[in-house]
Amino acid sequence: MRRFALAGNPNSGKTTLFNGLTGSTAHVGNWPGVTVDKREGTYKKCAEPIAIVDLPGIYSLSPYTPEEVIARNYILDEKPDCVINIVDATNLERNLYLTTQILEMDVPMVIALNMMDAVEKNGDKIDANELEKRLGVPVVKISALRSKGLTELMDKAYNESKKRRCGSSVLEESDISHLISDVKTALTGQKVANPLFHAIKLVEGDEIEVKMHKDVLGVVEAFKETYTNEIFGGDFEALVADGRYEYISKHFAPVLQRKIKEKFNLTRSDKADRVLTHRIWGIPIFLLILFAVFHLTFSEDFLFLGAIFKLPELADIPAFVTVANGEETLTYGARWLQCIYDGGVMSPGVIINNVWNNMIVGELFGLIQGAVEGSGMQPWAIGLINNGIIDGVGSVLSFLPPILVLFLCFSILEDSGYMARIAFILDRMFRRFGLSGRAFMPMIMGFGCSVPAMINTRTLADDKERTATIRVIPFFSCGAKLPILTAVAGAMAGAFGVGNADLITLAMYILGIVVAILSVLLMRSTTLKGETPPFIMELPTYHAPQFKNLMLHLWDKTKHFVKKAFTIILASTIVIWALTHFSFGWQYLDDEFINESILANIAKLVQPLFTPLGFGSQLGEFGWVFVVAAVSGLIAKENVIGTFSTLASCLAAGGHINVEGLDIMAENGVDAVRAMIMANPAIIGATLVAFIAFNMTTIPCFAAVGTAKAELGDKKRFNYTLLFWIAVSYVVGAMIYTIGAWWWTCFIWTAAVVGVIAFIVLRNKKLAKKESATTL
Amino acid sequence: MEKTLDQFAVGEHGIVKNVVGEGKIKRRLFDMGITPGAEILLRKKAPLGDPLEVTIRGYELTLRKTEACCVNMVTRESTATAARDKGVAK
Repeated sequence: MRRFALAGNPNSGKTTLFNGLTGSTAHVGNWPGVTVDKREGTYKKCAEPIAIVDLPGIYSLSPYTPEEVIARNYILDEKPDCVINIVDATNLERNLYLTTQILEMDVPMVIALNMMDAVEKNGDKIDANELEKRLGVPVVKISALRSKGLTELMDKAYNESKKRRCGSSVLEESDISHLISDVKTALTGQKVANPLFHAIKLVEGDEIEVKMHKDVLGVVEAFKETYTNEIFGGDFEALVADGRYEYISKHFAPVLQRKIKEKFNLTRSDKADRVLTHRIWGIPIFLLILFAVFHLTFSEDFLFLGAIFKLPELADIPAFVTVANGEETLTYGARWLQCIYDGGVMSPGVIINNVWNNMIVGELFGLIQGAVEGSGMQPWAIGLINNGIIDGVGSVLSFLPPILVLFLCFSILEDSGYMARIAFILDRMFRRFGLSGRAFMPMIMGFGCSVPAMINTRTLADDKERTATIRVIPFFSCGAKLPILTAVAGAMAGAFGVGNADLITLAMYILGIVVAILSVLLMRSTTLKGETPPFIMELPTYHAPQFKNLMLHLWDKTKHFVKKAFTIILASTIVIWALTHFSFGWQYLDDEFINESILANIAKLVQPLFTPLGFGSQLGEFGWVFVVAAVSGLIAKENVIGTFSTLASCLAAGGHINVEGLDIMAENGVDAVRAMIMANPAIIGATLVAFIAFNMTTIPCFAAVGTAKAELGDKKRFNYTLLFWIAVSYVVGAMIYTIGAWWWTCFIWTAAVVGVIAFIVLRNKKLAKKESATTL
Repeated sequence: MEKTLDQFAVGEHGIVKNVVGEGKIKRRLFDMGITPGAEILLRKKAPLGDPLEVTIRGYELTLRKTEACCVNMVTRESTATAARDKGVAK
């Protein structure tokens, strides 16, 4: 099968063209070794099927970014049969800069002149024939968005792929053309493929090439000795880049006829930008948009209609209530209605979530579970299928709606061009922590769900910045951690009569943010040290997002997530289920005997480790409940409070604890936690705060861990990330408990923190000195 | 008049004289089209005063002040001289 590679600038319509050519055949993976999207698909409307490989969006073929190295290595090493270079006609000069570099490779090539419709709408004209003549490769006018010209493009590309093409350079007119041809001759003599490309890169002093062709370097060095240029001195990299742009402005700019001669006129996009990045209104508007995204995804009172008009709840309307087995329940129709309205109109995200979880997954899995229960299988088999597999997969699938809705919202922001502006607005603030403005979005998405947040870190160019961001995302307390906060905070307020439960919850959110900031600072000055990544970024023109692209994007994410739900996550839930339902004697245990399970025994064993956090040995008999609850949170954070309810009920059934006046099976879990507090007199307020903090900052749920593993790519880095999460949660928990229990320990902690900071600062100074000494 | 790009006021425009600084950043600036002779308009500053948004070669680019100070500019009054300098160099 012939292979065509798609190359072009970011925002040149490459993705749209790729989708238009390949339709649903596309599949997404990562390039070997790096987490840059690798997309491949098949084009079927030609004489023979053609594989289309989408190269990363790039501006140049410099050796400095992974995307650029991937693209150039692909063309050089994998030798595609043709390169389709997509060029944004509305931004001809900068797009052709990349074209001039690809032209230098010995590969058949076709130019797809995209967005011609936009150019013509502006009243401008581009002479494609003239451009073709000057470039020496076919130029086809297309509109990727309207699927215009694609057949012609592919036919031309197919024709070209049967020919051979030798690289040509626009630098032949410049004063270094002699040097280039000398180096080229030397390389041709050595039978190096793509001699022209390598020759020019060698002249530039490209670090990858210099390592590859040390022997030819002498020619370049000798020439550099004799050559001087007033503007560039001996900087050949600059000279080459300038030569390209010089040639483009001189020879290609006349191809474009602008209707309006004014260079800096205001377009509609500029007008939108005036408001959206306004000096004063920019930040408030951004906060409003952010609020809208979360409101659309998570609010159960859309536009606050319920609160404003004091709407009744469904259970209070007699028409919707039936009595079955002496209990009041909602009618089937009312349950559907409840997905949309219950004392307030649900936001679109919640409606999708309710329909999916309550009506589709809930009902379906309920039916299966009922059938399994009535099948007369062994109790352990029923337990395994119902509580292990179905509940496990169900809890993961239940994440799907918020993940997709959140992802859709952020995709719209990204596609419209606003995301780049958010980075622009916030960069100043984030630079203080050694990050760029781009890191903000993934972090804030973490409040919704860590999974899409971690995937979104792909927009970060710098690898270290990306790792640091992925590591702190779980500290932005996600939706599933909220029940832990409300239950424990509620129990705390009830048991000790202290404080306001909402205030405790809010304080914990802030604690998470503070821990995240401090962690980033710590990492960026120790293990992930590096300069703040540069922030030289195109601000793309605003445009309406394309529905088809959004859907394809969303479909990719769904496939990815569901695949994971049925592989790694399924396996993990089965293991955890087995650990909680078998004793060391490999005997099956019912739910009520969870305290005799392998997991409970292990929890009891490791419990002393949690002593500094307040829920270790000092709690005595039933303290292990806290440890088991925390461990069960590794599957899904929803389990933490569920485990409290289960354990409290089986302890109560055994007569171990007193639950008088408490509703331990209540869904919010407040009373279950309260029962455990009463059963363990050694618990103080600080214990509970430490417990919440530990759960918030420790290893996130399986879904998030799996995502982190996929996104980090590197196994060692992933293991360090797990270690980092454990260490942070342990230290934070211990700090809260010890200071709460013995106030004077704050002096010890302060001393320790100051000591660590001093150590890092001194060490970095020393390293900096050493570095400057070696460079001198 | 000569000054660096970060000293520009909003709405001011000029022509790039040369680009100095460390290799990686300099190369990136070149790749994005900031080469000697290119015309740049400082479109706006971010709400917190940094980074900057400029129009160059018909598109919008954002860069920080620390990166903009690598770009030496010639403003309108002395444009003619800059063009002549470049001519000599060639």
